[in-house]
Amino acid sequence: MSDPGFEQMYREIILDHYKNPRGHGVIEDADAEAEGQNPLCGDEVSIYVAFGEDRETIDEVKFSGRGCAISQAATSMLTEMAKGRTATEVATMDKDELLDQIGIPLTPVRLKCAMLGLTTLKVALHKAKGTPLPDGLADYGELELS
Amino acid sequence: MAVSASTQKLDAHALRADFPIFEQKIHGKPLAFLDSAASSQKPRQMLEAMTTFYETSYANVHRGVYELAERATEGLEQAREKVRRLLNAPDVREVIFVRNATEAINLVAYAWGLTNLVPGDLIVITELEHHSNFVPWQFIAGKTGASLRMIPLDDNGELELSGLDALAAGGTVKVVATNLVSNSLGTISPVATLAAWAHDQGAIFVCDAAQAAPHMALDVQALDVDFLAFSGHKMCGPSGIGALWGRTEILRRMEPFLTGGHMINSVRLDRTTWGELPHKFEAGTAPMAEAVGLGAAIDYLDAVGFDAIETHEHELAAYALGRLAEVPGITLYGPPADRRAGIVSFNLDDIHPHDVAQILDAHGVAIRAGHHCCQPLMQKLGVTATNRASFYLYTVPEEIDQLVEAIHAARKVFA
Repeated sequence: MSDPGFEQMYREIILDHYKNPRGHGVIEDADAEAEGQNPLCGDEVSIYVAFGEDRETIDEVKFSGRGCAISQAATSMLTEMAKGRTATEVATMDKDELLDQIGIPLTPVRLKCAMLGLTTLKVALHKAKGTPLPDGLADYGELELS
Repeated sequence: MAVSASTQKLDAHALRADFPIFEQKIHGKPLAFLDSAASSQKPRQMLEAMTTFYETSYANVHRGVYELAERATEGLEQAREKVRRLLNAPDVREVIFVRNATEAINLVAYAWGLTNLVPGDLIVITELEHHSNFVPWQFIAGKTGASLRMIPLDDNGELELSGLDALAAGGTVKVVATNLVSNSLGTISPVATLAAWAHDQGAIFVCDAAQAAPHMALDVQALDVDFLAFSGHKMCGPSGIGALWGRTEILRRMEPFLTGGHMINSVRLDRTTWGELPHKFEAGTAPMAEAVGLGAAIDYLDAVGFDAIETHEHELAAYALGRLAEVPGITLYGPPADRRAGIVSFNLDDIHPHDVAQILDAHGVAIRAGHHCCQPLMQKLGVTATNRASFYLYTVPEEIDQLVEAIHAARKVFA
């Protein structure tokens, strides 16, 4: 295990989120929800959001799914990042914000794994708000979203 | 080339010297290339044959009357003859060059299926199929109103043939299409038995030999199939070329698949007539250099000997299954070593195949992780993905040791 890139990729924070995912579960009667799949590796994520009384602040985010360490850990981190922020803010969140949190170099294939949760969350928020999906989401055209 | 003809054993360590790819290190480690089922590495002999063709004999084939065009045509047609011999086909005109096995199967599905299938007809395939022998039939079934039926797998990952006749109930079986070797589990399927059953039903039999052609001697007459498809890139040949073999009488009755240059007899404003076999199915400029490369690859494999290759792979599969069984928390898929080609699929408890493959890569070990273009099979196994290690004539046991060592390292990361 001498390769530094490899040690970084599975650094402690990734493994911690993978083994002890935050926000794992389902919100019954969620205000916003969506499912995402990465057909490349079969990763699946379903995301559920509950808004606060102002119908804008994200009170709770939960996710369920199965997949590789990168996709599940990134989604777990995302639930912590999204809570307490507004739907509009998260729906337009820059992907680099999440990538900075993940903090590891990712190959193009693994980038899709890392982005599955964020892309799915954005779809859920846009659907709930009735706003059109921005063009940027098309970058992840290989993901199946609903 | 290091082969002892008397014992039919090959010396994989010596053969590796023919493959320039092994002259490098990956992440500072020797390359353990265990993904030959996806595509094989290339021997110098094949690469040189293509280079020589480009440097000395290159021009467009068939219509030219000058020396170079004649040499190029000869190169292409010699390659066709080599494919005929590889398959023990009765007639060289039955060998059609295509891009790969997928294109070959699409050719049959479209050119035979669209004109011969009607509502109520049945297309019988298996749960073991690669998408290349699944999606074209599903698509053509949708276009024609025919139904797709699936031969199921038993717990060993082998075809369950007891329910065959029940599968045919309530319709007319027109096509039976199965692979000879599964790309995912390595299962060797009883193609001759299935072809005989297909003919009893009055159906044609299409054999996807993409995963078989690299590893075993083929004989379309002994198998008694009607079509057989394979890809060059899995058998030491270049990418971009494969072949379809079909019976003359069926090919003659078929409409063309692709139309355009070269495949015609005559073109008039109101009507075009088709060329003779195999040209009717080879529209456009042929993959000439690729054909020459495929021919050289066949020569190479012939010299090593298909029996020796098959034996070598069975030994590697047995060794790998034994070594992998030592790993705690591993699930191995597929039949016993003596009934499978050099392919081993497995999963580790709680570690996603993508993560396994990534960690293995850091150890210089290349395996495939994913659904292997077999999503129906993955659903049957109840997983979304597996790890797959696959072997070829240049694979040595030390690479399998390297694999097992790297798996132990992966388990430590996720412990």
